[in-house]
Amino acid sequence: MTARSAILEKLTQAAKIRAGEGNKIPNRPDFCVMERDVMDLTSLCNQFETVISKVNGEVIRTSEENLVICIQQLLQDKQVKCLLLPSAHEFQETLAKSVEEILLYDREIEQWKDQLFNNIDASITSTLGGIAETGSLVLWPSLEEPRLMSLVPPIHIAILHKKDIQPTFWHFMKRHNWSQGMPTNALLISGPSKTADIEQTLAYGVHGPKELIVLLVE
Amino acid sequence: MSLSQGKNTFQSRSRAAIEDPKLRANFLSAMDGLMSKRDQAFEDKAQLERLRILGAQVRQNALVKLPELLVELETKLTQKGVQVHWAQSPEEAVDIIKAISLNVGAKNIIKGKSMVSEEIHLNEKMAEIGVRCLESDLGEYIIQLAKETPSHIVMPAIHKNTAEIADLLHEKTGIERKEDAIYMTEQARLQLRKNFMAADIGLSGVNFAVAETGTLCLVENEGNGRLSTTVPKTHIAIMGIEKVVEKLEDVTPLLSLLTRSATGQAITTYFNMISGPRKENELDGPESVHLVLLDHGRTQMYQDDELLETLRCIRCAACMNHCPVYTRVGGHAYGFTYPGPIGKILMPHLEGLDETQALPTASSLCGACAEVCPVKIPIPDLLVRLREESNNENRQTSRVKGAGVKRHGIEPIIWSMWRWWHQGEKRYNFMTSMMAQFRFLQPKTLSPWTHYRSLPKLAKKTFHQQMKERQVRINRQAENLKATSKGEKL
Ligand code: SF4
Repeated sequence: MTARSAILEKLTQAAKIRAGEGNKIPNRPDFCVMERDVMDLTSLCNQFETVISKVNGEVIRTSEENLVICIQQLLQDKQVKCLLLPSAHEFQETLAKSVEEILLYDREIEQWKDQLFNNIDASITSTLGGIAETGSLVLWPSLEEPRLMSLVPPIHIAILHKKDIQPTFWHFMKRHNWSQGMPTNALLISGPSKTADIEQTLAYGVHGPKELIVLLVE
Repeated sequence: MSLSQGKNTFQSRSRAAIEDPKLRANFLSAMDGLMSKRDQAFEDKAQLERLRILGAQVRQNALVKLPELLVELETKLTQKGVQVHWAQSPEEAVDIIKAISLNVGAKNIIKGKSMVSEEIHLNEKMAEIGVRCLESDLGEYIIQLAKETPSHIVMPAIHKNTAEIADLLHEKTGIERKEDAIYMTEQARLQLRKNFMAADIGLSGVNFAVAETGTLCLVENEGNGRLSTTVPKTHIAIMGIEKVVEKLEDVTPLLSLLTRSATGQAITTYFNMISGPRKENELDGPESVHLVLLDHGRTQMYQDDELLETLRCIRCAACMNHCPVYTRVGGHAYGFTYPGPIGKILMPHLEGLDETQALPTASSLCGACAEVCPVKIPIPDLLVRLREESNNENRQTSRVKGAGVKRHGIEPIIWSMWRWWHQGEKRYNFMTSMMAQFRFLQPKTLSPWTHYRSLPKLAKKTFHQQMKERQVRINRQAENLKATSKGEKL
């Protein structure tokens, strides 16, 4: 007998006995505790900012028109020399003036691992939305914005639109109908990477980004 | 480490731990910190209670449907190109991982935190075939350098203070000796970066697996889990069969309970949901993903309605953070992969009661663990049950491996006599009055009870005798009262 059938048989046997003892399959649990009082977008925005700021996430509020200027300013402030952008990014040309070098994530990782890990100062990615209660960004890495873009560079700049903020993770997945299909990878990111493994002292920037900057487009 | 436990080793290890003031101070301050962080994270206690009920229901629901959900998970994952393997024992799980490694010609494995990999002693086993496993979670990295095992399931290096870690990193990796957590973290980042790039396989645990969508969820703060599951060409995830949940929405209450119960965080930095290997045209991510499903005693718990509750656990460690025994003796004294209250109810099924007989007794049954457990596991009840199983006379019919291990010598005879005395009024009264009469024969010590406690003395008169006398006294008083009140009337 294979391990699979042995395990499944033991489980099914026990489940059968349980059913035989009159234990009905319970109904799905009631998720009403996940409901929240309705909040307008501005309050959700504020909540998002408060929560993510507590874990060293930086929020810069801006508007659609000012977004590029805002990014340019930011790159200057952070002294970014080498910037990583998704392939075919709309700001590619405008931002070229603000940094020494722009790299596009347009090759398979195996071809340029070293460069990705060692040369890049910052990356810019989009987001699918945000979660107010936990101060989280929701990312679905894609062909254009692969998984490592939001992970390897020391500074991660993420663009979040105010309208895409939901009260909780539960609301978010309901709203976007996630149960109908998930991408190969989906992520919640809440602040720069951190650890407290050395005597509970909080240290930011372990293996992932040291800084997370959210450009909140209102 | 868990094999061939001597009979008294828990006692001797915990004694040694208690006599180590540094260790006790490290644990005490860490546990105090974790308890208050958890408390602050759940401001609204009524809301917490409702969330715990939901968490327990979600887990129980998944367990009731476990066989179907495992099949559904397997089907969904296979559709997306994930290879699913099943293992009944740690040996089988190790063999599966060895075979994958040989197949891809792996020399180096980079590991995210996984308690199940500790459970099967993966690192040592892979070394046998010349494959090096490197831990990348900072706490795990530290204890791997120290050649130790985790002393806590969430914070593996919690038994060490900053000075000890500074010594260790200086000695083993040659960095400057600075008692500065931030400096040391930065150094570890630099040391591990090249290893992420060079590794052939990334290995991780799984916090929740969603049957509905075929999704493996990982909870972490450092980013090492994401790197381990993204950079190497092969990703192997390993999980106990109980980790599955039915629907995607089921992870939301569990995630909220897990991070707040564990470290008081509203959420961890990363919540990573993996549903398959790199697709054509995608530029990163592993080319192949494997999932190893491990039984190792879990189907044993599944046979019994009460023991089944153990499987609800989401490994948050709140029970150990709040346990007065754990806080005093630390994680290593238990001598098994999972320490603290959860270890005491889990390890006997994994290793057998005969190997772990000290564990169910290493508790004062104070109930702190059950009070904080986010999925409402009645840990003290389960401890009592396992104590009973240790003395179970029907070894053959018991569902627990190693049941009846403590049933030997004259103890069962004494208890059956004890029961007999208590079953008849006459013999009971006779025995107790004899004991009261011959109380001067009582021994002066009752070891080991009197090592730490004063000796209880038999009373001059039995309780029944005293009650009888009291009744006589009351009756007499009542009569006197009647007599005087009659006299007054006259
Ligand atoms: S038994 Fe409960 S408190 Fe302990 S680790 Fe498991 S879920 Fe957490």
